[in-house]
Amino acid sequence: MSDAFAWLYSDVVKDHFMNPKNVFNPDEGFKADAEGLTGNVKCGDQMLFMLKIADDVIVDVRWKTYGCASAIASTSMLSEVVKGMGIKDAYNIKPDDIARRLGGLPDNKIHCSVLGDKALRAAIDDHLAKTGRAGLFRNEGARVICTCLNITDRDIEDAVKAGARDWEGLQERTKIGTVCGGCKTGAEELLHEYVHIFAD
Amino acid sequence: MKNVYMDYNATTPLHPAVAEGMKEDLSVYANASSMHEAGRRAMARVERARAQVVALVGAAADPERIVFTSGGSESNNTVFATMFHLGRRGGRRGIVTSSIEHPCVLNAAAWLRDEGFPVTFLPVDGDGKIDLDGLRAAVGPDTLLVSVMAANNEIGTIQDMRSIGAIAKAAGAYFHTDATQAVGKVPVDVEEWGADYLTLSCHKIYGPKGVGALYFRKGAPFEPLIRGGHQEHGHRAGTYNNLGILGFGTAASLAREELASYASHVGRLRARLRDGILAAIPKVRVNGHPVEVLPNTLNVSFPGAEGEAILLHLDLSGIRVSTGSACASGSLEPSHVLMATGVGPELAHGSIRFSLGRDSTDEDVDYVLSVLPPAIARLRSMSTVQA
Ligand SMILES: Cc1ncc(COP(=O)(O)O)c(C=O)c1O
Ligand code: FES
Repeated sequence: MSDAFAWLYSDVVKDHFMNPKNVFNPDEGFKADAEGLTGNVKCGDQMLFMLKIADDVIVDVRWKTYGCASAIASTSMLSEVVKGMGIKDAYNIKPDDIARRLGGLPDNKIHCSVLGDKALRAAIDDHLAKTGRAGLFRNEGARVICTCLNITDRDIEDAVKAGARDWEGLQERTKIGTVCGGCKTGAEELLHEYVHIFAD
Repeated sequence: MKNVYMDYNATTPLHPAVAEGMKEDLSVYANASSMHEAGRRAMARVERARAQVVALVGAAADPERIVFTSGGSESNNTVFATMFHLGRRGGRRGIVTSSIEHPCVLNAAAWLRDEGFPVTFLPVDGDGKIDLDGLRAAVGPDTLLVSVMAANNEIGTIQDMRSIGAIAKAAGAYFHTDATQAVGKVPVDVEEWGADYLTLSCHKIYGPKGVGALYFRKGAPFEPLIRGGHQEHGHRAGTYNNLGILGFGTAASLAREELASYASHVGRLRARLRDGILAAIPKVRVNGHPVEVLPNTLNVSFPGAEGEAILLHLDLSGIRVSTGSACASGSLEPSHVLMATGVGPELAHGSIRFSLGRDSTDEDVDYVLSVLPPAIARLRSMSTVQA
């Protein structure tokens, strides 16, 4: 099936949808060190991420989801990517990275793919809390401005440095505010601030 | 791979006899408004189609009561535009419709609301029926129009048209019904229903796309949506769509002739599919009215599995269905129809509509029953939500 209309998504998405990797199986006896749950059934998607962690490195992953094909495929991909990764690097993975590895997702499907990394971060936060370091990454790292797409103040700063001058320009570079739109006011304030500092 | 089409409520293929007729009618190119012989011949064919169409919605109705349009959406919009002009001239302005209408009615009603018309969207019960007492309470001396669909496209629930028509009439309001999904599937009779306006669309009854009709009772006000030449007695301007209209006529004739055999054929397959699903898959919910439902429409919710994922799994197996999941529509809201029935977001997101048709077979049903249970089991096994 090489026909462009044969499948809505890339072959990679199709494969991860039909044969997802690292799905939690209760018979396996997987013991997680940390867990994160995000989303809710009301919105049509919910995600659970389970991590085995040794010396702050993710040694194994399992997950479950109630969600659409994009959510299933992107979480499957994410679970492959984070295996063997340090928790700090894993914490900084962005939905865009995953979408790119999947060969792209339709614009209106980016939302579905962000749930996985939110659940992943929740699981890492859980690990940090359990090891007496609650909120470690949240406080030292960049501040998330757009929660839907995990876009931080640093990303906005970078976009401005790369030439973004207005909301449209910022959206072009980051896709910020294209899901719920709730971040627009806060993001525009930052944008103006950064344009003032870095541009003029 | 097998290819099982179970999305006949979305649209239908051409009936073979319609396709045959249309191939021949490709030569009917003359402008049916032209005075010369070729034009008069084309017009005679258009008028024959009009008689065939009207016969499908009212045995005794006069063909002059039919205006050809581009489809159901245009027909519905024509009714609401007519109400807009009436309401602006003074007098009644109230619009009463249901919360489960097709978007072309919902959005036309929302437009009138934005123009200052009082609009009521009646709720429905768990089976998708509007409450007749609620309707009686909603209409009054200011009610201009009652518009309730005859049968719902997503869940198939059939409304009590005769009672709704009587309530509208008692209130002195016009009564419109969007019968797009009812026509060709259940008996439709404008006289019996007391309908002032009735919408129908050709591509749902094995005819071509882009053609439909609006029936309007003699004396019912009519304001053209498309102004221009005097075609359709000035009700709808634009050169006659010969090929579409002729195909519509054939499709309407066949729909009327085949109604009984169609209904028993799809009804039997629907029952098999429903019973097979209920037997093979635990914790499912059949949506829509258990009895007063289109014979071809089966809407089922699979808690624990998300609708778009189910749809795409089936699609990869060659089965074409639709879903009320938000994810599939590109919005963040699940089906307004299922939400109106009060099933809650999880069941709405996990809903699949199987709509059968005249070409559906027992093998199609068997194939779906072989693919669907493992698909649901797979998605449920990886779900955070317990079925
Ligand atoms: C109930 C109902 N009304 C109206 C329409 C619109 O008809 P058309 O596609 O001919 O504009 C449809 C079809 O999608 C429908 O199901
Ligand atoms: S918060 Fe930015 S899009 Fe939702």
